Amino acid sequence: MSDSALILLAFLLPLVGAFGIVLCGRWPNLRETVTLVTAALTGLTVIELYGRFQQGGLNVVQLAEPLPGLAISFEIEPLGMLFALVASLLWFVTSVYAIGYMRGHGEANQTRFYTMFAIAISAALGVAFAGNLFTLFLFYEVLTISTYPLVAHAGTEKARQGARTYLAILLGTSIGLQLLAILITYAAAGTLDFRAGGILAGKLDPAWAGLLLALFVFGIGKAAVMPFHRWLPAAMVAPTPVSALLHAVAVVKAGVFTVLKVTIYIFGTDFITESHANDWIIWFAGATILLASLIAMTRDNLKSRLAYSTVSQLSYIVLGALLANQMGLLGGSLHIAMHAFGKITLFFAAGAILVAAHKTEISEMGGLGRAMPITFGAFLIGSLSIIGLPPFGGMWSKWYLALGTIDAAQWMLLGVLLLSSLLNIAYLLPIPIRAFFGKAPDGTSYTKIKEAPVTCLLAMVVTSLACLVLFFYPGPFYELASMVAGVE
Amino acid sequence: MIESHISLLLVVIPLLAAPVTALLPGVRLPWLTALLVSWVCFALAIWQFALVMDGSVISYELGGWAPPWGIEYRIDIVNAFVALIVAGMAAITLPYALRSVEQEIPKHQIPLFYSMFLLCMDGLLGITLTGDIFNLFVFLEISSLSSYTLISMGRQRRALTAAYQYLIMGTIGATFLLIGIGLIYAETGTLNMADLSNRLPAVFSHHTVHTAFAFIVVGVALKLAMFPLHLWLPNAYTYAPSAITVFLAATATKVAVYVMLRVVFTVFSTGFTSDTPTDDMFLLLGVLGVLVASFYAIYQGDAKRLLAYSSVAQIGYILLGIGFASALGVTAAVVHIFNHALMKGALFMAVGALVYRIGSSHITQFSGVGRQMPWTFGALVLGGLSLIGVPGTAGFISKWYLVLAAIEQQAWLIAAVILVGSLLAVVYVWKMVEVLYFRPASDTGETYREAPLSLLVPTWLLVIANIYFGLNADLTVGAATTAVQVLGGIPQ
Repeated sequence: MSDSALILLAFLLPLVGAFGIVLCGRWPNLRETVTLVTAALTGLTVIELYGRFQQGGLNVVQLAEPLPGLAISFEIEPLGMLFALVASLLWFVTSVYAIGYMRGHGEANQTRFYTMFAIAISAALGVAFAGNLFTLFLFYEVLTISTYPLVAHAGTEKARQGARTYLAILLGTSIGLQLLAILITYAAAGTLDFRAGGILAGKLDPAWAGLLLALFVFGIGKAAVMPFHRWLPAAMVAPTPVSALLHAVAVVKAGVFTVLKVTIYIFGTDFITESHANDWIIWFAGATILLASLIAMTRDNLKSRLAYSTVSQLSYIVLGALLANQMGLLGGSLHIAMHAFGKITLFFAAGAILVAAHKTEISEMGGLGRAMPITFGAFLIGSLSIIGLPPFGGMWSKWYLALGTIDAAQWMLLGVLLLSSLLNIAYLLPIPIRAFFGKAPDGTSYTKIKEAPVTCLLAMVVTSLACLVLFFYPGPFYELASMVAGVE
Repeated sequence: MIESHISLLLVVIPLLAAPVTALLPGVRLPWLTALLVSWVCFALAIWQFALVMDGSVISYELGGWAPPWGIEYRIDIVNAFVALIVAGMAAITLPYALRSVEQEIPKHQIPLFYSMFLLCMDGLLGITLTGDIFNLFVFLEISSLSSYTLISMGRQRRALTAAYQYLIMGTIGATFLLIGIGLIYAETGTLNMADLSNRLPAVFSHHTVHTAFAFIVVGVALKLAMFPLHLWLPNAYTYAPSAITVFLAATATKVAVYVMLRVVFTVFSTGFTSDTPTDDMFLLLGVLGVLVASFYAIYQGDAKRLLAYSSVAQIGYILLGIGFASALGVTAAVVHIFNHALMKGALFMAVGALVYRIGSSHITQFSGVGRQMPWTFGALVLGGLSLIGVPGTAGFISKWYLVLAAIEQQAWLIAAVILVGSLLAVVYVWKMVEVLYFRPASDTGETYREAPLSLLVPTWLLVIANIYFGLNADLTVGAATTAVQVLGGIPQ
């Protein structure tokens, strides 16, 4: 199969799968088989793409050209490859998990759930392979809209409220700020293609660069830089597999991925440093890292705490992008993968606790670890990786981000990173510790509660092992990230 | 032979068919006649459009009298494009009308209904095709009178007051237009628009011409429902039969916008409009229209009225494009005339399909119906996304050009207003979507079947057109770019 056909296949497969899921809606077992097969095939396609990418030379595919000079086109470059690998591999794992979770939790409307899930993944791959900012924006919006029914899934007043916030902030920022930024970019540069070194240098008055960059950073609401982060905690009303894959990996990473793309291929790191466009906006990222961590500490609801933790971790990546130096970009890109594996493990565990023990509040989880050792073991490993301790993958990205702040002589930001790691410890580690060594609030010990369904456990074990493996062998992700950053 | 008479045939065929239709017995036969006529007209309109697509101009002398003495039909890409929209929307509305009209209108009035429909289409086509400004007024009256009748045929008695209200406002508008036409005729002695554009510059300094211009602009503004002259529109759209709402929303105001373009850019050519505060007025009223009408839309409890207010807001966007008086701005306006016809057509059809099953257009009645009528619901969502201007839909193309035009003129505030308008659209579209899909179905336990195919197929054709013209804007943007050159009076 030709390279260009393969790129199209990668993002069309989930769409075909979505169609198949609708057709098989009446037979749950067949429907889940379709999901798994599609997810596996998509994963294999992306891996095959990666193989060809390593040998070099992948074509640009143009699908349509709505306006002269504005095409819907796809191309493969290291950052997109990295994002696509993470999203498609974890989709398969999440599908395995979702089957156990959705059945164990007795959720309704499962056909709609799996259909929209597949469409969302297709959109995420569209974002990953987008050949220009217009295409990226198109799939960015498709991603927002296709995940809306997933957030509103339960259909209760609370779910509708959360989904409303979700849609309002994501569409609001993307149309109000991001689209404006794209239009200004187009008016100034006359193109929206991603080019090494950026397209704005020499075309835009450097004095305006800071403002435009701010429009982008805030307009990309999926990156959840404060004050536009509220949608992420609001989205936690969704079923846990959605929170796990979409709101820890696909959707939020699509946001920070876009920030990275804009800084590297639209502005160009040289233009950012020369025009000092990042001077003040970087502090929003720094402040988000700390504030979100502090808020996370106050949350007793487990998913809500994890959501704020995600907000904080996303800003690590935004920070890496805005540092606009090699180590920052390397760390930021790597963090897309590392945080994904860590955080998805935590969400898997949170969902497993909900299914098996029907508990959502951290204060109720004392002593639960002895009844659910695998779940809380995975949670511990995920936490350690997020905190950035060896021997877990999360260490590498934080390592390079810290180096990035040193290279940029931003000592304050280095302090922010270190302080945040301490805060991570403070809000994550007490959960497994209390579960293993604490007591239930009413003093009972859990004898009746068993581990979650086996597919849930399987998914958790795989992702937590991945955290471990990525420390010793960060292989493909490191390679891709260093290509993004231009590190030899 | 036909080729040289297309423009005349487009007007004569429906005009002759209308009285015949009124006399035909039964329900199906009048419908079939109207359907055939509209499809023939659509084919002719496509043919005509193909002839002038390269920017050429066809001049047709009515009765062999040479202009400027006789009436001239002067076809360039601008009116061919608008005629295409009118004929196309009629051709797609009529298949939809059959079932919808059977339910909404007493049987004995149905032949009359289709007769009036043809007359209305005829008037709208006539307005676009004629090159004579008095003839334009005549066709405007034909379309207006027939639309008053059509609106009054709505299910509820309030349709009568709505039609009456429109009658009063529409007549004032027509009178203003006529006064303006009379004044410029007195000044120049000609009614031919091409001739006027040559003769008017000599008398631009006369106060009479300024007065005439003011009368014409206000008169046309009433017909196109420019904020704050839009008061007739929400009631008219809300209480008219569903098929008529679709047709009028997609064409009537668009044709009036076309008249505005002609008057501002062709008749009163270069220099005149920019010497008067007209551009600024368009920009100001456009901004106000977008914001105020969108806010009104948010607070409506009736889906048809909600979409009607949204139409007023969309007219605001088109006025902004005209007000910029730049190539990009007018391109955006012309593109949006087409795209808005597509999106509002699709949306009103989807709401009409809901009304067909539920019997009410009140949003509270829609609870949970989206799950029972998934195809109708899907059409409403996609049409709504196009209205919002999500990339990949036709609406995005319009917004793209409009904001680029604003950025070009460094009008940052207006660029912001356009985008805020999109966000307000998110609010009012989602208001319907949420009730339709995520509210539990009403307690009465009543379930609704999916709308019949004859309603769904036209709706989805328009929905698909919304997506097609969002992914391939060659036709719309190409036509608009040529139109900008043909209209004249626009700095390139």
